[in-house]
Amino acid sequence: MANVIEHHRHIIDFTLSSLLRRKGKNGALLLVYAVIVFILASVLFFSHALRREANLALSESPEIIVQRTMAGRYQTVPIFWSDRIRTINGVISVRPRLWGYQYDSVFQANYTLTVPAEHPPEPGSIDIGSGISRMRGAYPGDIISFAGHDGLPRSFTIRNVIDHESELLTSDLILLSDKDYRDFSGIPADQATDLTLRVRNPREYSTIAEKITRMFPEARPILRTEILRTYDALFGWRSGLIIVIFSAAIFAFAVFAWDKATGLSAEERREIGILKAVGWETSDILLMKFWEGIVLSLTAFLVGTILAYAHVFYTSVALFAPVLKGWSTLYPVFRLTPFIDLGQVATLFFLTVVPYTVTTIIPSWRAATIDPDAVMR
Amino acid sequence: MILNPGILALFITSLLISLMTIYAACHGIQILRRWDIASGSELQLILERRTYLISTIVTYFLAFQLVSLFLFIQTADSICHLFVGAMCAVGTLTVNSFGYPTLLLKVLTFIIAGLWLILNYADNRGYDYPLIRAKYLLLLILAPFVLAETVVQCFYFFGLTPDIITSCCGTLYSQSARGIASEILALPVIPAKILFSVSMLATCAAGMRLFLNGKGVYRLAALSGITFVVSIISMISFISLYIYEMPSHHCPFCIVQKEYGYVGYPLYLLLLSGTVLGLGVGLLQPFRNKKSLEHIIPAIQQKCAGAAVVAFVLFTSIVSWQILVSSLKML
Repeated sequence: MANVIEHHRHIIDFTLSSLLRRKGKNGALLLVYAVIVFILASVLFFSHALRREANLALSESPEIIVQRTMAGRYQTVPIFWSDRIRTINGVISVRPRLWGYQYDSVFQANYTLTVPAEHPPEPGSIDIGSGISRMRGAYPGDIISFAGHDGLPRSFTIRNVIDHESELLTSDLILLSDKDYRDFSGIPADQATDLTLRVRNPREYSTIAEKITRMFPEARPILRTEILRTYDALFGWRSGLIIVIFSAAIFAFAVFAWDKATGLSAEERREIGILKAVGWETSDILLMKFWEGIVLSLTAFLVGTILAYAHVFYTSVALFAPVLKGWSTLYPVFRLTPFIDLGQVATLFFLTVVPYTVTTIIPSWRAATIDPDAVMR
Repeated sequence: MILNPGILALFITSLLISLMTIYAACHGIQILRRWDIASGSELQLILERRTYLISTIVTYFLAFQLVSLFLFIQTADSICHLFVGAMCAVGTLTVNSFGYPTLLLKVLTFIIAGLWLILNYADNRGYDYPLIRAKYLLLLILAPFVLAETVVQCFYFFGLTPDIITSCCGTLYSQSARGIASEILALPVIPAKILFSVSMLATCAAGMRLFLNGKGVYRLAALSGITFVVSIISMISFISLYIYEMPSHHCPFCIVQKEYGYVGYPLYLLLLSGTVLGLGVGLLQPFRNKKSLEHIIPAIQQKCAGAAVVAFVLFTSIVSWQILVSSLKML
């Protein structure tokens, strides 16, 4: 056993010194390799972290949301629906919600307006998200005005600025009272934006949804599990799409690696020739090539992964956030919770190290079976 | 098909592995037909060189296959939310009828490739390539399985369509819960425990006997194969229950998750290596009489038997430890 380890140690020693002797060639390969790993790892880590954030955010959301459609378009829901739906067995509570969006043409920003279920502000006062507070320079106690649905401005006193903890969700948020919101948006008193249902037993979700559509054929019940599933599919699809586009680059890299591995310089050929002449066997040279691949792959893999980790979790993916996040949503600065699992690392390994290794097997074997006399003659 | 990174990675890898295998098999055919150790012709020289290439390819193949086996389970688990009623990898694998066949083929190709490496190891010890024909025949047997795995996996991935919200309607009224297969398959606990203990004891005893006296080669090989199947059945029947501490969760895949301390990885690694080593001992037996391997094969068999016993004992110890520390108590 000790012999085997010694044998490998000496070969690794030799491999490292031989790699260092050709800094330029190996450095270029390492750089390209690491960049490929970096980009792929960034995409994987980022989409995974976003998916997790979405899951966390949605875990507190209502089990079922009921919307109404007319001619396939979204409409407000009559409040009397909630009394009828409450009679369905298994439904714990039904709450009509009021919320919507508001475009501010002066600041070119989109606000989200919501009437909170608990502790809504008094009529005439509002809570605003930190993003709005920053942009408008408005702080608790100030008076702020927004143009309502009829174009007339309405003024509110700021009660609170919502803290930074959940900035991803609250940056553009305005909380106001039921009365103010109806006046602001023009939603009639007997209508609501949608209904939220609390249901305890997950097995009843789809039965309840079915009963609702039977009761109100124009209703569109949406389950929380469906929203989660859709987010999952969406983020997975986006990162998959980037990888597909990016596969051209991986292919180019494989060609590059192939070229580097096949195009042995005269010096390298002589080196292998001498090694064989002094008694190295073909299997030893193959072992050396194996360690060469391990050293390069491991270095590139670690460097690329660590850089991607920093890129995603410390700089919030400065390079390609717009593609992955979508374009209509977020302005806030936010940090994702660092999270990596084995599956991601294995995926990354298969997308980078495996193609590299496969392309270098045959060239390494060619190099290893060179005849010493043919090279040194 | 779902454009998930994990799926893409598996897809690309099995394509590459298939290409490598086809390449190796083509050379294998040539070696089988033209090999003549007595000849000093140029062709023979080329063929001898090529054997190095092929053993390198299969070695890499085995390593990739092992990782891809786990990535397959991991990916199946991570996309289970996309399907109504799927709770973990079991649910995802039953989405269409190609899920389990893919997994089975992955395990099978891993075992055959492992056996090939044992044969290769013995062959390299002999000075006159004594096992060359057997080796390349086995490679030709392996190749169709590898190709079948790629094709079946392709069908499986292309057949996956996530149940997501569409713009026109909300709730999907899909079929009820998936993933009951393992509950039905699960053997009652007590017979499974007896079966598991008996087969493990018998295998380890056979292994020790071979290690000490060099006897009972085929017995060890047969018992290793049986123990592999029995262990998988036991995993579904009772081992998983203790790990999850739930009397109704029979999933053999969730144990590779973080929640259970990744205990599945060492368990499956030990079980697979024990099985490959045990079967390998039997595979070498017919070649015991080759002149150049007279003393080599018994030594390899002894080593393999010892290693197989260590793997099985470690596997059993981890399982016993999990059962001891589990807060689930069953008879």
